[in-house]
Parts: sequence; C-alpha cells; structure tokens
Amino acid sequence: MEFMSPFSIVLRVVIQFTPVWIAMAVLLTISLLFKRRLGLYGFIIETGNGFAGVSILSFWLFTAIFATYVAPFDPLGQIVSMKDALPGAIESNSGLPYLLGGDKLARDVFSRMVFGSRIVLIIAPLATFLALSVGIMLGLPAGYFGKRVDAILSFLANLILAFPIILLFYLLVSPGILETPIPYALAGLFFVFPIVLLFTLFWSGYRAHPKQLALRLVLTLLAGGWLFATFVFDSDPFHILRVSPSTLNIFAAVALASGPGIFRIVRSLTLDIKTREYVQAAQTRGETPWFIMLWEILPNARGPLIVDACLRIGYTTILIGALGYFGLGMPPESPDWGTAIKESSRLMRAFVHPALPPALAMMSFVLGLNLLADALREQSLKD
Amino acid sequence: MLAFFLRRLGVMAMTMLCLTFVVFYLVNLEPNLRKLAISQTEMHASDEHIESWLTRNGYRRSFLERYAAWIGIWPKKPNIDPETSKQVSRFTYCEEPSVVVYAGVIEGDFGCSTKFKTKVADKLLPALRATGLLMFWVMVTMVPVALFLGILSGMREGSKLDRSISVISIATTSTPEYVSGVVLTIIFGTWLGWLNGSAASATGDGITFYNFTLPVITPAIYGMGYIARMTRASMVEVMTAQYIRTARLKGLGFYAVVLKHALRNALIAPFTVIMLQFPWLLTGVVIVEVMFRYQGFGLALVEAAGNNDIDLMLSCSLVSVLLVLVTQLISDVGYAFLNPRIRVQ
Repeated sequence: MEFMSPFSIVLRVVIQFTPVWIAMAVLLTISLLFKRRLGLYGFIIETGNGFAGVSILSFWLFTAIFATYVAPFDPLGQIVSMKDALPGAIESNSGLPYLLGGDKLARDVFSRMVFGSRIVLIIAPLATFLALSVGIMLGLPAGYFGKRVDAILSFLANLILAFPIILLFYLLVSPGILETPIPYALAGLFFVFPIVLLFTLFWSGYRAHPKQLALRLVLTLLAGGWLFATFVFDSDPFHILRVSPSTLNIFAAVALASGPGIFRIVRSLTLDIKTREYVQAAQTRGETPWFIMLWEILPNARGPLIVDACLRIGYTTILIGALGYFGLGMPPESPDWGTAIKESSRLMRAFVHPALPPALAMMSFVLGLNLLADALREQSLKD
Repeated sequence: MLAFFLRRLGVMAMTMLCLTFVVFYLVNLEPNLRKLAISQTEMHASDEHIESWLTRNGYRRSFLERYAAWIGIWPKKPNIDPETSKQVSRFTYCEEPSVVVYAGVIEGDFGCSTKFKTKVADKLLPALRATGLLMFWVMVTMVPVALFLGILSGMREGSKLDRSISVISIATTSTPEYVSGVVLTIIFGTWLGWLNGSAASATGDGITFYNFTLPVITPAIYGMGYIARMTRASMVEVMTAQYIRTARLKGLGFYAVVLKHALRNALIAPFTVIMLQFPWLLTGVVIVEVMFRYQGFGLALVEAAGNNDIDLMLSCSLVSVLLVLVTQLISDVGYAFLNPRIRVQ
C-alpha cells in the first residue's frame, strides 16, 4: 500500500475543504464590509471571540452543506483492503487517499467526520429549538399568572431537574422502551409545543386581521403537519428526512433534559418584565394575557434567551455525543461524532487515528458556540 | 431556619417518591419483565412458562403493591412454588425470607442483582466507595485550580491575563469527558506512555498515580472552566463594590484588598455552583468509568441498564436521585447560611 507524506496529507485536507473556504471567505467578507448595517451581528463579529466563534461555526455549517463535495468517499462504504489503514494510505482502485486513515470497519475516517457534521448540525439545533419552545410555552404562564399554575409547573420542572441526566437517558433511550408507545407519546407531546406556540402567537397578534391570520395559521399547520409526519411517524411525505424511533427518542430525551432549565430562565425573566410600565400599559389597554406574554414580554426577554440558546446548542451537542458514546439512540453505523468516538476509543491502544478527528471536530464545534455565546453576553452587558 | 430546613426536607421526600415511582414504572415495563423471565428460564421457554415464572416470583402482583413492597411500607410475601408449595427465592444466588416481612429499601433490602449474581447491597457499596474516591479526587484537583483561575482573572477585569484565562475556561467547558479522555489517553497513554489508559487495575491493586491520573483529570477539565467563570463573574462584581474602593482609598495594597476583603465575599456564589457540580459530575463519572473500566457506581449503572438488571437499576436510580437532592439541599441551606442577606425567616 502506498502512503502520502504528512505534509501532503495536510495540504490535501485543506484542498478538500475548498468549497467551504470559498463560502466562508464570502460570508466573512460581506459581514465585515457591512458590519455597520448588521446590528447586533455586526457588533459581535468585531470582537475577537465573536469573530472566532462565527468562523468556526460557519466552517462546520458549510462543511455540512457541501459534505458531498468535501468528502471523497461514502461515509458508510467499506473497502476491505483499507481496514485500519494509517492516515494517507492510497486506495488502489480509485487512486484516492484515505486522508485520515480507515477505521476498523474499513471506512474513511475523514469522510465520516465530514458527514457526521450533517447529523450533528441538524439534530442539536432542532432538539434545542424543541426544548426552547417547551420552556417558553410553560415558563411564560408560570411567571405571568403565578400562584397555582406556577406552583404546579415549577414542581414538575424541579422534579425533572432532580433526575440525573444519564439516568434519564438510560431509562428513555433503552431498547426495551422502544417496544412501548411511551417514546411516541413523549415525542408527540413535545412536538406539539412549537406548533401551539406559533398558533397562539399568531392568534393573539393578528385577531384583528382575519386574512393575515388565516394565511399564517395555514402555514403553521402545514409546517407543523410536516414536522409531525416526519419526526413522530417517520413518514416524510417529501422523503427528505428519515427519523427512526430511536432517533426520535433523542429529541424527547433532550427536550426533557433541557426544557426545565429554559423554563426556569423564562419564568424568572417574565417575573422581572411583567412589572414594567409597558406591560401595565398593555393590561390597561385590555390586551389578552397571551398577547402580553408573547408580544410584549417575550420580545423583551430575547437577549438572555439568545445567549442561553447559543450555550444550550453546545450543551445539547455534548449530550447527544454522550448518547452516541453510550451507544444509545443513534444506529451503530451512524457517522455522527459521538458514535464515532465510541467506536474508535475501544481500540485506542492499537490505532489512534480514528479517534482523534471526531473528538477534535466535536470540541471545535462546541468551542465555536461557546465563543459566540460569550461574545453575545459581553455585548448584552454593554447595552 | 429550622422550619425552612424541614420544609425543604418535606419537598425532597415528595420529589423522591414521585421520581422513584416513575423509575419503578419504566424499569418494570412489560418488555423488560419478559426479557428477565426469558433469561431466567430456558432459552426456548413457551409463553405459559414465562407467565408462570413471572406469577410465581411475584411480578404479576398489582403494580402499587410491588412498588410499596419495594419501598418497604408494605409487607413482602414470600414466593411459593405451586408444585412443591415451598418457598423459593427468585434467583438461586440470593436467599429470600420465607415469612411475610417488610423488606424494602427503607429496611436496607435492595434486592438481587441478576448481572453480578449477588445481593445488590454487596455490589453497590464497594462500587459507591470507589466512585466516592474518584469524585473526591476530582473535586480536590478541580475546585482549587478553578477558584484560583477565577480569582486571578476576575480581580483585574479586561486585562490580558483575564482574557487568556477566559479563553482557556471556554475551551475546557467545550471539551466533554469523552473527548478529553480520548485525547489525553492518546497523548499520555499511547504516545508518551507516562500514564495508564485504563483504571481496571485500581480495583484490585489500589489506586496509583499511574492508573488514576487520567480518570481524575478528565472530568476535572470539563467542570473546571464553568466554576472558574462563575468565580470570575462573582469576583468582578465584588471588585466594583464600594467597600473595595474604600479599602483601596484607605491605602491598602492591591493584593491585601483582594485577599482580605474581596475573596471572602467572592467565594459565596461559587459555593452553590460547586455543590451543584456533584449531580453534573455524576454523568461525567459514568462516562469516565466506562472509558477507563473503573469498577464504580457508573459502570454498575451502565451494566445494570445494559443487562436488564431490574433491582440494581432501581437502586442505582435511588442513589443518584438522592445524590442530586441532597446536594441541592446542602447548596440551598449552605447559601442561606453563608449569605446573611438572603437568610430565610
């Protein structure tokens, strides 16, 4: 077997990412040129941490988008002669190198890392978004109405917070539970929240304009229906996404693990904001409680929520990685980084190279999110 | 203070009851029971066979009765073999009482582990001791370093030192255990050979620097950044307080002010954060124990979950929920104790 020199491996990896570099260069140049007109984002990108965060995140975003062009091989394809191949080994049939070597099932580590970014970049933000809508939908009334509503919801939130996450995962994402309807019921329940949130949002805001209201409600219904069909029933009418029951479970587990934390933040923000004059003005005008919550309080609570969401996507990525590491949820051949780390760490004494790329990818992605969150927080402290 | 403490204890007991109920339900789901019955009878057991095994061993009694018996507030009836009408134990490796007794977790009877083929208590206690040792060393390395970094970076906000420590803290919070564990093992275990990438020998031969350093450092790194950032935020706030300015204007040196006036007040907020690290550490400990094959609580939990070991799983859940609740209690009570401004009526 022929091998490439270390220098040419590095060079080749850089070349493989060409579409990503071009897209990043375009994005960052435009951002820096028009930063004065871009509001918050413009300020963020001027700080060192913010720029680093945006660069790392855009790198992974474009890698996920252009994965088919960046990766030379199929992430699931096995070429038997390349089993445990060292970095830079050249595959004789195609003449293409396994840039970062092959794993124990003779798959290209580099291509798997690149395609893994797709899974991570879809699941982590989506699961966070789900948890966010649950937290907002329950936190707002708990803070606004107080009393009985607050007592019940807070007790429930504290109950779930007292549950060690690792235990939650083992109970919810274990194979035995997949034979019962519990995961579908839970996921079905959680996926209702974003739809209800949008519905209430439009209903309370556009009641005076039936035409606009109808348009928005129909759009929400269509999007919600697709979401439900795809995720809960795994029958995407457009065949874009396939979601197996075990992957669906990940969403339920993450929403359950992160939801209470978001709930507490939203609740305390609501408690603070509901004493402001503009809320009292809205109450005097005779607005409905849900209008006040969703159109007066929520927009004014967005600052801390954005920072938290940013941190939370990183945290969710770590959680999903941990699930993959324990072999829960994801199918075993999945190229996502957590599963890849688990697969390779078993053989670490013999072969080091399959473990490093997914580990470093995971670390850099979360680092990007945390740097961005830090820059956002600095900015919000300045205001 | 006492009323507050008692009320918290009441809420805690209530939470405990709700959570163990949910866990008991999830662990005793029908597929799990069937799997248990199949593993305990012959390989090709018929449905009647499975059903009779479950009935004989009390798994078909009403759910509430079994839950109450597990807690120990309802008498546990002995299992009678219908053929010989003698008492039989559920599993051959654990003796069970032949008379009606209260034998639940309150009485200290945790049941029988099918994976380790021994009483749960015999397995769990050494495992907990091992994990306690690991957690102790993690805390001992993590907390002082984190506090030191936090104070150093918070005492002069915006300085070069502050910025570089901040970036380091952000980097460590972005490195979960399964990433740093892999990277550290590759560097120190495989390449340099200084440290052992496995802690399996720690159970038999005792812990040494060689086999225990990596399992301790791995979770410590992940938690360190977070505590350091919280300490920094608290320190920054204290350093802008009036009494610090007064002390400076009085002519005290900068380090004297930091050590004598700022430090004590700046350490109140991180106390809560450090206490709340324990539940968080639990996840880390599970990952680390699996990664380094350290025979502790985390590995027992994973083995129990992976092998459908119902009694062990229940006990592990109980222990971890208890750990979370007790640390929450300590952090609340301790915070009220440390900070006179919010001391409860």
